[in-house]
Amino acid sequence: MTDEEDRRRQQGERRHPSEKDETSMPRRARDSSRVRAAIRDELEELAEEAPGSKTEARPIQKVIAVENVYLAFEEPILENVSFTARAGETIVVVGESGTGKSTILKLLLRLLIPDQGRVVIDGEDITHLTFDDALKVRQKMGMVFQGAALFDSMTVYENVAYPLREHTTLPEDEIEQRVREKLSFVDLEPDRVMEQLPSELSGGMKKRVGIARGLANNPEIMLYDEPTSGLDPLTTATITYLILKLQRELGVTSVVVSHDIRSAFRMASKIALLANRRIGFFGSPEEMTASDDPYIREFLGGF
Amino acid sequence: MILERFNDAAKRGVYSLQEFFVLAGKAIGFIFVKPFYASDLFQQMDAIGVGSIGIVLLTGFFTGMVLALQSAVQLATFGATDYIGRLIAGSMVRELGPVLAGLMVAGRVGSGIAAQLGSMRVTEQIDALNTLGTDPIKKLVTPRVLASLIMVPVLTVINDFVGILGGNVIAKFYLGKPSALYWKTVFEQLLSSGFTLHFIPNDFIQGLSKPFVFGGIISLVGCYYGLKTSGGTEGVGIATTRTVVTASILILVVDYFLTQILLAVFQP
Repeated sequence: MTDEEDRRRQQGERRHPSEKDETSMPRRARDSSRVRAAIRDELEELAEEAPGSKTEARPIQKVIAVENVYLAFEEPILENVSFTARAGETIVVVGESGTGKSTILKLLLRLLIPDQGRVVIDGEDITHLTFDDALKVRQKMGMVFQGAALFDSMTVYENVAYPLREHTTLPEDEIEQRVREKLSFVDLEPDRVMEQLPSELSGGMKKRVGIARGLANNPEIMLYDEPTSGLDPLTTATITYLILKLQRELGVTSVVVSHDIRSAFRMASKIALLANRRIGFFGSPEEMTASDDPYIREFLGGF
Repeated sequence: MILERFNDAAKRGVYSLQEFFVLAGKAIGFIFVKPFYASDLFQQMDAIGVGSIGIVLLTGFFTGMVLALQSAVQLATFGATDYIGRLIAGSMVRELGPVLAGLMVAGRVGSGIAAQLGSMRVTEQIDALNTLGTDPIKKLVTPRVLASLIMVPVLTVINDFVGILGGNVIAKFYLGKPSALYWKTVFEQLLSSGFTLHFIPNDFIQGLSKPFVFGGIISLVGCYYGLKTSGGTEGVGIATTRTVVTASILILVVDYFLTQILLAVFQP
């Protein structure tokens, strides 16, 4: 790498977060105790709520566009896959196990590059970016991994602070404030968990810390890989609720990969059904339940 | 059919080799590119260097002693036991010190690196680093490689010294040679190899360039197999085993060729 490139990269990294900080100030100024109270209230509401109906009257800008994407390793994985997400929408990608659902998230993060087709984030085609530019695009996104993927050599605090340390020049007290805010947002008590190691946490708590880490940089887009798999029904409900809360309170655009059709219906603005390497259905949950397609009927059979 | 299989295997081999050298090039190139992960470097230097002192002390000491015992028998047939210090200093500094330290560190550190990075790979922590905008090679591989490049030579010096000390113990208590004579012959040997830049004994250059290379081999092989891990916990085990086997073999093979080159350069 040349010095020039390096310098640009350094400047780019420094410029980016500060721009973001200005736009996201109101979010960060939230009072955590008020938020926790709101969580309890909403958890009760969640039970009687009809599925769908969450994201009406949102702005219409396309934040994510996947266009005619083909991908193959040893054998084809995705064929002619297209879907879009507008600002504030939650797209849930459902499908049987091993159909390449998680691959879609890796394409959005540009951890993988499609063989054909384009992936557009915020109007920018990320298919042909350099490695360094790809790192910058990834900063717009928060990713929650299936197993949370917390760095097990670091404490919860260090984990959540990691993206801030990496990409901002915030002083330590602001970092701490931000970490506390994010941990409170996911309904964890900062003072109790901050110094714990990931190995000391339960599965549900790890997921929450994972969400807090994904949120730390105030991303515009959140990606979730099987957020509810391997959790008990109660924890599943609270994680589902958290994703909904992010969508409503922060207006983030989300892509959720899941085979948990129940929670998918609860949080989706649109559902994309991946079957035989293709998107077999893309539309609202209501449209999905109304569909006569035999595969969809069979897929929904258990629901 | 057989040819086809051979062809595939050859292609995979070449491809792996290419991957390895790309990783090596990036890891070493990143040493000079910001951001520097200084705390990771010191942590690794502590884990690789300080953590390995115990085994290096033990293996060095016992190797020095056994070398003295065996040579004593040989030298006695020529009535040359006075020169035992020369023999031990020469073989420890040039050959045994670097190779033994290298093999011990490969077993202890190489496997550790592979297991750690392998676990991070299978638990998606490597993907998480990428997602959070960090280059995993820069964050994980470069500090380990740099730490090994620095610490394996340091460990070798310790190993050399303890080995010579082990020889001293046998020379004194088994052969009854006074320590002063032993150390005199040791220094004679070390200074007899000629000097580079008029003051660095050539034996030291030989003895320290080897562990430098071995340090690179151990850390890069460990990182390579670690990052390439797939297939869950079983994959981590495979990566660990491969690292130790590959690094040990590479150390012995590379040692031979390095010795050839160094002898050609430094011997009259």
